[in-house]
Amino acid sequence: MAPAISLRSAVALSGGFPVLAGVDLDLDAGQVLALLGSNGAGKTSLLRLLAGLLPLRSGEAVVLGCELPDGAAELRRQVGLAGHDPGLYEELDARENLRFALRAARLDPAGADAALERVGLEGRAVATPLGLLSEGQRRRVALAWLAARRPALWLLDEPHAGLDASTRHLVGELCNEAARGGAVVVLSSHEPELAVSLADTVVTMGGGAVIDTSRGRRDAAGVTDVA
Amino acid sequence: MWRDALLVAGRDLRIELRTRVGLWQVLPFALLTLLLFAFALGPKPGLLAEAAPGLFWLSILLSVVLAAQRSIAVEGTRATREGSRLLGLDPAGIFLGKMLALLVEVLLLEAVLLVGVLIVFHVLVTAWATLIASCVLAAIGLCAASILYGSLAGEARIRATLLPVLLLPITAPVLIAGAKAFDASVVTGSGSGARWLGILAVFALVYTALGIVLYGPLEES
Repeated sequence: MAPAISLRSAVALSGGFPVLAGVDLDLDAGQVLALLGSNGAGKTSLLRLLAGLLPLRSGEAVVLGCELPDGAAELRRQVGLAGHDPGLYEELDARENLRFALRAARLDPAGADAALERVGLEGRAVATPLGLLSEGQRRRVALAWLAARRPALWLLDEPHAGLDASTRHLVGELCNEAARGGAVVVLSSHEPELAVSLADTVVTMGGGAVIDTSRGRRDAAGVTDVA
Repeated sequence: MWRDALLVAGRDLRIELRTRVGLWQVLPFALLTLLLFAFALGPKPGLLAEAAPGLFWLSILLSVVLAAQRSIAVEGTRATREGSRLLGLDPAGIFLGKMLALLVEVLLLEAVLLVGVLIVFHVLVTAWATLIASCVLAAIGLCAASILYGSLAGEARIRATLLPVLLLPITAPVLIAGAKAFDASVVTGSGSGARWLGILAVFALVYTALGIVLYGPLEES
């Protein structure tokens, strides 16, 4: 069976600069990959390439059966990306944001409440405009969107940054659930211990390329304790 | 496309209802502009009535720039724009939805401003159909052009200054045709408004079609 993600000498530019300088990567469905590396190493750029948001300049990239760059539009429909900025609408509350996103993705908007409950957002927090929520609560809304959408490819850009212990634990649970359901999870992190405990494979990046690959300690059968 | 358009229009209008930027910022700006024009011309009823068509459309034009800034700011951050792309929304649907939501706001703005012009500038309308048709057609064209050029203006840090520079020159036909159609609709006016309505219709059609075709590639770039 072909890997869910297959990159060969993938190069991508941003503003004329090479942000990915020949990345090779293979990942199967149901796996969790952690990306490590210093700032500017290319982690976020790789996530954006995998989301079909950053054009492939040269090399080969096949993600979820979509050949990039031509299949980018088709790929995006299968991808969920939670970045530093959740990319949601500040003026709408959590429920309105989720219902809009679910309708746009042609899913049942009724799933919004269950997803918000799943990430521990209830009561007033659900009906408060996103702009008035704390950073952690906004991150929870972004996670709720992923949980509701259940994409085939989860891309999480530093999902643990600035979060409390319970939300970190929630990130781990959701990653495991998604992988057990057959999705591919790729997350970037500046916390090696945490990332290694969550992942099957750990890739260290530097200068826009993969400089090291090692095995993670994820227990696919159970929920990894990341708190 | 239309399904996505209605979804996006509903979201933008919901945001507008919540923030009321149009009500508390754009509308007062439009009325103030109109009043300041009246102050600048002085208390001469004949002159005010004569200048009313041009001043009405100039006020609309400047206010539309503000309203468009706000509409585009809803999708302001890169993450929000990329989020829309990941939802699988049809770019043409996003364009039409944003245009429809802005159109509702601009039509309301035109209605209030028109009442202001009739009162402050002592204008008597004789051809309401021509005047209303010109307002609707001009609003469609202005909204289409605003959303298209707003997308072209890109990120928020330069959009605030770039959008007026891009938008105002290309809307000159709307200003001229709108003012002429207005002039043909009032008691002191002359000529037929049909020709000018035709120009407004062509402008609206061209920019709506351009937006449907180009909005996606512009967002991609």
